[in-house]
Amino acid sequence: MYSEKVMEHFKNPRNMGEIKDADGVGTVGNPVCGDMMTIYIKVKDNHLEDIKFKTFGCGAAIATSSMMTELAKGKTLEEALKITRANVADALGGLPPIKMHCSNLAADALHAAIEDYYKKQKEGTKK
Amino acid sequence: MDNTAGKPVDPRVIDATLPYMKAFYGNPSSLHFFGQKPRKALEEARAKIAELINAERKESVIFTSGATESNNMAIKGVAYRNKDRGTHIMTSSIEHMSIVNSCKFLKTRGFEVTFLPVDNCGFVNLKSLEKELTDKTILVSIMYANGEIGTIQPIKEISQIVHSRSAYLHVDATAANGQVPIDVKEEGIDLLTISSNDMYGPKGIGALYIKEGTRIEPLIHGGGQERGLRSGTENLPSIVGFGKAAELAKAEIPNESERASKIRDKLIKGLLDSIPNSFLNGHPTKRLPDNAAVRFSFIEGESMLLSLDMLGVAASSGSACTAKTLEPSHVLLATGLKHEEAHGSLLFTLGKQNTEEEVDYVINIMPSIVKRLRAISPLTPKELKE
Repeated sequence: MYSEKVMEHFKNPRNMGEIKDADGVGTVGNPVCGDMMTIYIKVKDNHLEDIKFKTFGCGAAIATSSMMTELAKGKTLEEALKITRANVADALGGLPPIKMHCSNLAADALHAAIEDYYKKQKEGTKK
Repeated sequence: MDNTAGKPVDPRVIDATLPYMKAFYGNPSSLHFFGQKPRKALEEARAKIAELINAERKESVIFTSGATESNNMAIKGVAYRNKDRGTHIMTSSIEHMSIVNSCKFLKTRGFEVTFLPVDNCGFVNLKSLEKELTDKTILVSIMYANGEIGTIQPIKEISQIVHSRSAYLHVDATAANGQVPIDVKEEGIDLLTISSNDMYGPKGIGALYIKEGTRIEPLIHGGGQERGLRSGTENLPSIVGFGKAAELAKAEIPNESERASKIRDKLIKGLLDSIPNSFLNGHPTKRLPDNAAVRFSFIEGESMLLSLDMLGVAASSGSACTAKTLEPSHVLLATGLKHEEAHGSLLFTLGKQNTEEEVDYVINIMPSIVKRLRAISPLTPKELKE
């Protein structure tokens, strides 16, 4: 059902974990629906210096989280915001159709984490 | 360990079947000598199935294409034939989709359907059954046991309630037949669905037991085979295989059910003892001998299935991610589980080819699978991570 690449990322997820003093955190999905992920980012000179994920969900949800962090790490924030769900799925050699919607949330979680970073920056400058 | 999805065909069944594909290909309905041996084999198979369920006579067993057809026939056939007496049908909220969707179809044809609730163990609420049953109720359909949670219903008690009025009782025994002894007379069953593959027979063949005198309409009209109740040339090789499977089941149920129950209990205990925040689905003792249904908090079923598959173990889950829909199993939700609990469910069903060593292997590998996935999950509380 899954590509070799999906299975490989499921077996050995990259950048799994939390960042305690993260600059931005994004959570999407819901345990009720069966998929939920949280992305932590560390930003330096407008680049994603570090990125980590935690995911509750099926194999595809875990693999897309892992692949997304690989695609995003080291990128500028502008570049990272351009990463789409389709990019993540393509990089994994495709996903079964039913998984495209429910489990392919990693790009959304990344965008949420970057939004959170921007929001915190704004609040910081106000102070 | 996913025997609910498909069981191997017993080699003795295959051997019994082959002559009816090679030498005795005749049509059982033919009068000439080509039809004679097939006709005899057909009736012998029917007698073996009647014997397995203790039917009063073999003519009460009607062959169908499988449990789905038997269930459709029981629900729609009884409904159509008895609508002059009433239009109310009752069933439970944990039935197979062939029951659920037949009932939903009848709703669009003017019938009223009550879906009875079940408790946390999966037992049908008998008080609701008593309360909702009226003189307009023509049929109550309750499964013998549920394949997803293993719970075995108190059929005799249900029958007594149903027969306190004028309704018929249909029992879908697909998950239970071949595993536990079923006695239609003793348990008061009017219609019983049985399937062949669930007792190591070929796929695509099943039967509906119809107690003598039960008013029912055929769904498939044609040449009048099966006493006019199910037309179409009989699928003889499969019927012979089904008969053989029934004969073997009758002989082997006592030993096999004891053996399976023992390793099932070992599996359940082994998993629940070694993994924190793990729970049993269904009832601890009134469950099918093959069924070990468990759930683990904070993780999702499909990721467990994939992990098990990588280590050579096939299981099943109540998770939405393994199904064609996005909703978790209606059975698990009906027993009061939250969506996220249903997502974390795992189902092992043990066949007669599964051994105690295999169970030990699963007990051995499961804790680290759960631990790894919990380490990845954002829902896992801190104290479980260390």
